[in-house]
Amino acid sequence: MEYTLFILLFPLASFLIVGLLSNKLSHKASGLIGTTSLTVVTLLSYYTAWAYFTTQKIDGVYQSLTVLNTTWLRVGANLHIDMGILLDPISVMMLVVISTVSLMVHIYSLGYMKGEVGFQRYYSFLSLFTFSMMGLVLATNIFQMYIFWELVGVSSYLLIGFYYTKPAAIAASKKAFIVTRFADMFFLIGILVLSYFTQTFDFGILMSGDASIFSSAIGSSFLGASALVWAMALIFIGGAGKSAMFPLHIWLPDAMEGPTPVSALIHAATMVVAGVYLVARLFPIYIGFTPEVLHGIAYVGAFTSLFAAIIAIAQTDIKRVLAFSTISQIGFMMVALGVSKLEGHEGLGYMSSMFHLFTHAMFKALLFLGAGSIIHAVHSNEMKDMGGLRKYMPVTHWTFLIACLAIAGIPPFSGFVSKDEILTAAFHFSNGMGIWMTVTAGLTAFYMFRLYYNIFWGKATNYTHIPHESPVSMTFPLVFLAIPTVLGGFIPFGHFVTADRSDYTIHLDWTIATVSIILAVVGIIIATVLYRKPSDVPNRIANSIRGFHQAAYHRFYIDEIYLFITKKIIFNCVSRPLAWFDRHIVDGFINGLASATDWVSIRIRGFQSGEIQWYAYVFLFGTLLITALLLFI
Amino acid sequence: MGEFLINAGGPIPMIGFQIVSLIMFFAGIYGFFTRRNLIMILISVELILNAVDINFAVFNRYLYPDQMEGLFFALFGIAIAACETAVAIAIIINVYRNFGNADVDNIKHLKG
Amino acid sequence: MNFLSLFVLVPVLMILALFLSKNRKQVLAIMVTGSSLLVILSANLVYQYIAARNAGAVDPMLFTSSVAWYKPLNINYSVGVDGVSVAMLCLSSVIVFTGVFTSWRIAPLTKEFFLWFSLLAAGVYGFFISTDLFTMFLFYETALIPMYLLIGVWGSGKKEYSAMKLTLMLMGSSMILLVGILGIYFSSGANSMDILEIVKTTIPVQQQYLFFTLTFFGFGVLGALFPFHTWSPDGHASAPTAVSMLHAGVLMKLGGYGCFRVAIYLMPEAAEKLSPIFLVLTGIGVVYGALVAIRQTDLKYINAYSSVSHCNLVLFAILMLTQTAMTGAVLQMLSHGLITALFFALIGMIYGRTHTRLITEMGGLMKIMPFLGVCFVIAGLANIGLPGLSGFAAEMTIFIGAFENTEILYRVLTIASITSIVIGAVYILRTVGKFLYGSIQNPAHATLDDAHWYERFAVITLIAGIVYIGSFPLGVSDMIHESLGNVVAQLVR
Repeated sequence: MEYTLFILLFPLASFLIVGLLSNKLSHKASGLIGTTSLTVVTLLSYYTAWAYFTTQKIDGVYQSLTVLNTTWLRVGANLHIDMGILLDPISVMMLVVISTVSLMVHIYSLGYMKGEVGFQRYYSFLSLFTFSMMGLVLATNIFQMYIFWELVGVSSYLLIGFYYTKPAAIAASKKAFIVTRFADMFFLIGILVLSYFTQTFDFGILMSGDASIFSSAIGSSFLGASALVWAMALIFIGGAGKSAMFPLHIWLPDAMEGPTPVSALIHAATMVVAGVYLVARLFPIYIGFTPEVLHGIAYVGAFTSLFAAIIAIAQTDIKRVLAFSTISQIGFMMVALGVSKLEGHEGLGYMSSMFHLFTHAMFKALLFLGAGSIIHAVHSNEMKDMGGLRKYMPVTHWTFLIACLAIAGIPPFSGFVSKDEILTAAFHFSNGMGIWMTVTAGLTAFYMFRLYYNIFWGKATNYTHIPHESPVSMTFPLVFLAIPTVLGGFIPFGHFVTADRSDYTIHLDWTIATVSIILAVVGIIIATVLYRKPSDVPNRIANSIRGFHQAAYHRFYIDEIYLFITKKIIFNCVSRPLAWFDRHIVDGFINGLASATDWVSIRIRGFQSGEIQWYAYVFLFGTLLITALLLFI
Repeated sequence: MGEFLINAGGPIPMIGFQIVSLIMFFAGIYGFFTRRNLIMILISVELILNAVDINFAVFNRYLYPDQMEGLFFALFGIAIAACETAVAIAIIINVYRNFGNADVDNIKHLKG
Repeated sequence: MNFLSLFVLVPVLMILALFLSKNRKQVLAIMVTGSSLLVILSANLVYQYIAARNAGAVDPMLFTSSVAWYKPLNINYSVGVDGVSVAMLCLSSVIVFTGVFTSWRIAPLTKEFFLWFSLLAAGVYGFFISTDLFTMFLFYETALIPMYLLIGVWGSGKKEYSAMKLTLMLMGSSMILLVGILGIYFSSGANSMDILEIVKTTIPVQQQYLFFTLTFFGFGVLGALFPFHTWSPDGHASAPTAVSMLHAGVLMKLGGYGCFRVAIYLMPEAAEKLSPIFLVLTGIGVVYGALVAIRQTDLKYINAYSSVSHCNLVLFAILMLTQTAMTGAVLQMLSHGLITALFFALIGMIYGRTHTRLITEMGGLMKIMPFLGVCFVIAGLANIGLPGLSGFAAEMTIFIGAFENTEILYRVLTIASITSIVIGAVYILRTVGKFLYGSIQNPAHATLDDAHWYERFAVITLIAGIVYIGSFPLGVSDMIHESLGNVVAQLVR
């Protein structure tokens, strides 16, 4: 399957072509180049998926397939960083997800970004992102993953900061990059620790289940935990940064300053689930050797998902709502991975996590693209500027509603199935976890329908420009993505992606399903009552819990804490004194040396008076003195 | 002491020449230290040099009559004194042109 | 005659030709021809070197030859190269080449500027090809003196102060270095100052301690060893563009190269024992330089402190004494040389237009000069180690190599220096965000033009180098790696 190389090469080529020739190409040409190459990539990905899932199952188990592997850099006697392509169920699944969403975003952007300054730049960055993301999921070794991990970070930075004249966008891009970079540092240290002990980066060797390669890492301990635990925890921190887990989630809501299709692609469907993908990728190590880290992941995910859901309720910017909902949903995936085991039914969590990743990518991309369509129409992100849009934008309305139903977990939409599997897995783990996640699921339904009603129902706003439905290039992706959103639940996902790669048949646990459906419906009903018609009930409720509401609205002041740490502590209390220290102490010492020399020279220059006879006296008496010394001593 | 008073090569004893040269030498030193005029200082220097030349000649003549080094050194000294005088006069003339007199204190203005 | 000597001969001929040149056109023609010749020579050298190695040459140094020029002290003009010096020679050629293009419009005294520039180049090349301690030192000094004039005459800002400070600090350290070199020679008992001869002898360990400290310190100051780095920000800030490029890009690498070629290669036992002390200094330097860079507002100071951080990382990696980390160190020298030269070139071009380097006084330049802006962003991303650009490969090699040391001190320092990649992101993104992005701050800037052809040419050449090393590091890294085998074999582990 060497042709998979073209999945990487096409986006790279279109990035280079569009990027280098950006001022020579017209908008149309650059959009066309990007979209065409992505179409090819998408078809290739689908073909790869079909070929892989039909041919690579041996004895009921999917085989990993290293299509390509070349050494990129040698770093030590045994260690070498390779570049290659690894096909296995999750990477193939990700190929499909990434290429589908990316293609839809490419098409959508043709309409959405029409006429924007920097249209070519936008398309070249999109291609760069697609290339990096593909490289990330196809990585054969953890270091290649890290390399592309950084590249997606940069593409994300560039795309968030696309409107580079807008201060908010600059700040957001900076924040996103630095926060994820901070997390990546831990990822890197984790890789270093892991590779030092195992002497390999290769996934194939790491996943082989051979305990001997980890024995030295387990054997040596640091601060009460084995080196392997440290390594895996550090690697997870990297994943948490990318996947916006608490407390590293702060960059994601701000990242919404980027163009909306970018938010759909990077900050909803693909890049932010890289952390989940990472944990899934290393799952055999987590489950086999460091289950305590895995449980930690579950708790972080659970906390984040409820935390983000609460914040989502109080937000008024529609993209922020979606951003927090994304964080919350990724929390679900993390929980599912965290509570999973390896074999058969015990591996339900793993399967459901990947399933949810898949369905979430579709419906969340749909939601974001829908939001983009709305923003395109009303030129605002704020709920207060919207209302009653269902009459003006029917396609957007219906697709948005479908996506809302999917994320709320209403059967038979895709989100219902995948989320329900996660809840089942959580209940397997512990009742507490199950209940916690079920409540979060209920909240999800509530805030999504709050969003829905506020946009499409609610008050009748007087628009200065009458909103109209978006062009076909924008509605087509909505409709296209609505298909997997509706039907995705019927995919026999367990046949493709499971923890142990053997078959698994999904069957719903109807007790749990019923409870979660009831909760979701209750959530929707409350939202309907509160927001369908304009009323002041929501405000009264908000006022009655004023402190809490304000805290949630301000995202529990986590940003302020970060700002305090970076601005006040690092900037003012570390960097500024150090700069002063450098100027005045270190440099002062050097300058002091110079002034000391100067001082001494001024003092002794009196001896050189220039009076020749004085010199002669000194000379004479010097001679006499030396003579005397020689004679008498 | 007695040995030096012996009339070894002529009517004048060696000590006589040395007394003369001693007087010349210290007269030169005294002049060098006390005079302010550059010409006078130059003359003092010449006195010192000549005193040394006399000593060269005398020691050669009286102590090693069969060798010639002392005389040659004296000749060298005279030649160098001549050159030195030429250079010194040139400098003095320039000092005079610049400052209007040939006072040695002027020279310290040359200091940076 | 050994063809390596051409590396010195060409700049010398350039100097002679410049003496005879009559106008600016001729000066530029001479410089372009000469520097292109040097590039071709380097390319040829790489080719020959790799061919010789593939043919099975196993000597530590290839193409060696030696001519005595001061018999009483056994000082020879000995030349020879290994993978490390080949890499450094290529770097020098690229930077001299691009430096000529960035100083296309230098005025006044164009001819004199290039005269000193060529002398500086001659010194740098001579240093990298020499294997004789004293000849090495001689070339080092040759490279140093023109620096003073280049900064003092063609510089900007408080140039006299900076030039004096730079020269005095480097002279002071080279004095210490000279003591170290002579000490090595006399205590080794070798009958030649050639490194390849001295390495065969054993210097008594007690004396190694002293002379290791002296030579490492002497070269280290040139490599911006903390806390003796303050000459570099001032010097870089005041120097004219091409000189900043050559200085930060190549001259500071002389320090790292010397540390490893002289201090560690010749005195392995002392290196083993004393490296922790210097490691602590360099480890502090890495983080410190980055943190100080955050507070700077002058573009050149930002890059200068970033250079301090990166050059300390080079020394840090050398002191890790593992083959991988040292490979990383040389890669980092290459990579940092290119990146920092690119930075200084771009800063010089921007300064030439806006007449200010304070990021607080600029804004929205991306709109006005998109080419320079984009290149600056690329340089920034390379600086903070974006994969695909050279900084990443170098830093990762260093970190992985550094992790081979298991002592807790080494680990702590390694992790501390890894934090610099985050701090680096902070200052680079802050800078880029402040002066390139946003809206145009100074309306007078709105009418400025973008890069001229010669500027574009220089910048693109440098970027091509950065991308090449960053995307296909294997060849370069392998060439360096196998050369370092000899050095590491010396170390007693």
